[in-house]
Amino acid sequence: MRTLKFLLRKEFRQIFRDPSILRLILIMPVIQLLILPWAADYEIKNIKLAVVDLDHSEYSRQLINKITSSGYFILTDYSSSYEQSLGKIEHDKADLVLQIPGHFEKELVKEDEAKLFIAVNAINGVKANLGAAYLRTIIQDYNSEIRTEWIQFPRFSAETHIEVTYSNWFNPLMNYKYFMVPGILVILLTMVGTNLTAINIVKEKEIGTIEQINVTPIKKYHFILGKLIPFWLFGLFVLTIGLSIARLVYGIIPSGSFITIYVFAALYLLAVLGLGLLISTYSANQQQAMLLSFFLMMIFILLGGLYTSIDSMPEWAKWITRFNPVSYFIEVMRMVVLKGSTLSDIKYQLLVMGGFAVFFNGWAIISYRKRG
Amino acid sequence: MDKTKEKVVAGVVVENIIKTYGKKKDMTALNDISFDVQKGELFGLIGPDGAGKTSLFRILTTLLLADSGKATVDGFDVVKDYKAIRKRVGYMPGRFSLYPDLSVEENLNFFATIFNTSIEENYDLVKDIYVQIEPFKKRKAGKLSGGMKQKLALSCALIHRPSVLFLDEPTTGVDAVSRKEFWEMLKGLKQQGITILVSTPYMDEARLCDRIALIQNGKILSINSPQGIVNDFSKPLWAVKSDRMLHLQNELQEKDFVENVYPFGEFHHVVMKNESGSEQLRNFITAHSSENAVLQQVKPDIEDCFIDLMKN
Repeated sequence: MRTLKFLLRKEFRQIFRDPSILRLILIMPVIQLLILPWAADYEIKNIKLAVVDLDHSEYSRQLINKITSSGYFILTDYSSSYEQSLGKIEHDKADLVLQIPGHFEKELVKEDEAKLFIAVNAINGVKANLGAAYLRTIIQDYNSEIRTEWIQFPRFSAETHIEVTYSNWFNPLMNYKYFMVPGILVILLTMVGTNLTAINIVKEKEIGTIEQINVTPIKKYHFILGKLIPFWLFGLFVLTIGLSIARLVYGIIPSGSFITIYVFAALYLLAVLGLGLLISTYSANQQQAMLLSFFLMMIFILLGGLYTSIDSMPEWAKWITRFNPVSYFIEVMRMVVLKGSTLSDIKYQLLVMGGFAVFFNGWAIISYRKRG
Repeated sequence: MDKTKEKVVAGVVVENIIKTYGKKKDMTALNDISFDVQKGELFGLIGPDGAGKTSLFRILTTLLLADSGKATVDGFDVVKDYKAIRKRVGYMPGRFSLYPDLSVEENLNFFATIFNTSIEENYDLVKDIYVQIEPFKKRKAGKLSGGMKQKLALSCALIHRPSVLFLDEPTTGVDAVSRKEFWEMLKGLKQQGITILVSTPYMDEARLCDRIALIQNGKILSINSPQGIVNDFSKPLWAVKSDRMLHLQNELQEKDFVENVYPFGEFHHVVMKNESGSEQLRNFITAHSSENAVLQQVKPDIEDCFIDLMKN
């Protein structure tokens, strides 16, 4: 215990003396939480629309008005030839082209049906997909609107009409920030856990102090605990900053209890610290440790369910996410913050995280050697 | 644990240590090395870079496992009793490896506390060295000059009063004055009964050891006292000088009575194959008197012995 105390004192002294680490620990969460949730949003807005109106009728005007007033589209071009609009797409001035054929109004009124044409710039897959979908919905809406307009008197079986109303459970306003902020917080915690720990230990290797430590009677677990405890505390500190920002800036008050979040975070940090330790035992210098943890972070983030839903991933990718500690924490955070889950609701995740902690730390301790 | 009391054990015993590196074990760092160091002896390992000195030190300080062979430090086996060894040895690696972001005092304090002791307890041992850096005790270790870093490293290696001290090239990259001071300190430590193993690539430092082992390519060429090594040198040795030094060396190289010629300060040292060669050399120099050729007999130095041993 005495040795551990001295190791911890040394460790804290070094960390507090390194202004770049302190800055990273304090400023990184603040900046990331203040900027990312505003920018990283699933909603597609500002879709640039080019309209080719060959009809110039009352109805075509109504349609265009309806589309532009939806708020999702910006009318960037209004022309009378398809070629011209396609040129706009080529110059990246338009994402979608909606062509309204001549006699649109006439056919709609006379034949009771009319055709429209949508061309999509599919370079940005998400934008193209969602943009076209929004447009289709608006056109459908428009369609039913004019039909109700024609039917002067409500009568039976004139028009099959199914209206879908929905309500967003747990996030009634579908506020994406409620969704993103807890997720970003998880990424931050993971970075503090893996990156900083790995780099800290590898630094001792690089400057050779580890040799000096290894010829002393310091026990393996003393040294490792001396490294893990400070970053475990820093992780919980970052979490506290993050939750405060979530509350003060975004007004996110977890429906569940803070204790649940902290209990899981404490266990989660143990797992990612073990991972950081593992990275450090396999890296000889700080670059290697950086690259390795960067590589893992990329996979963790992209396959963690923060930006893309895990449920829509292919089966093999779903399997990978099962080995991704980040995905569990993001899930738990959302469960607790939005749904108010309790410790007993997340016992499966707690169990898995405990497994991760034992696995990573066990592996790291076995592979950390005091001699070559 | 009573091993030390049963018999008078040597400070360090090395028996047939072999260490190879590489996947195919094809790079031999230490090739069947054996020697022993008496308690309280100042023992020097002299050899060029890459001779295997650091590997040997790392094996003896329990940082590296040998492929085969046995070694004991202060009576403890380096493999079985590594825990006991780590309590009683001081190791100063060739590269400065203390915490650069901790101050001089904090570094020393840290190493004292992890050995369960304090600066005050062993102050007498490090006093002579530490007083020299004490004025800078609040300075970060990384901001010290080369010589001061060495002194701090030595203090840290000594603060737990080790019985055996391993110094891996302690004076490499240190100025001449600091080097001299450093060796003075080692002599003082020897008086305290500490066994010291020191490695160095400098031949002039070899003379300051009680005994030295000349080591090259993982093999020990000779172990003796510095005087003993010099005494073993039996071939006639001459120093020559002329206006055309390079030419002189090339010409002498060709002569069959000459075993070896190499630059040595402002002279070339010439080693004869036998006594009769001296006469032929004298004739050769007389023939070159127009180039101000000078000849004088010299006593061999450790360096001459080392060059000779390396060649054979």
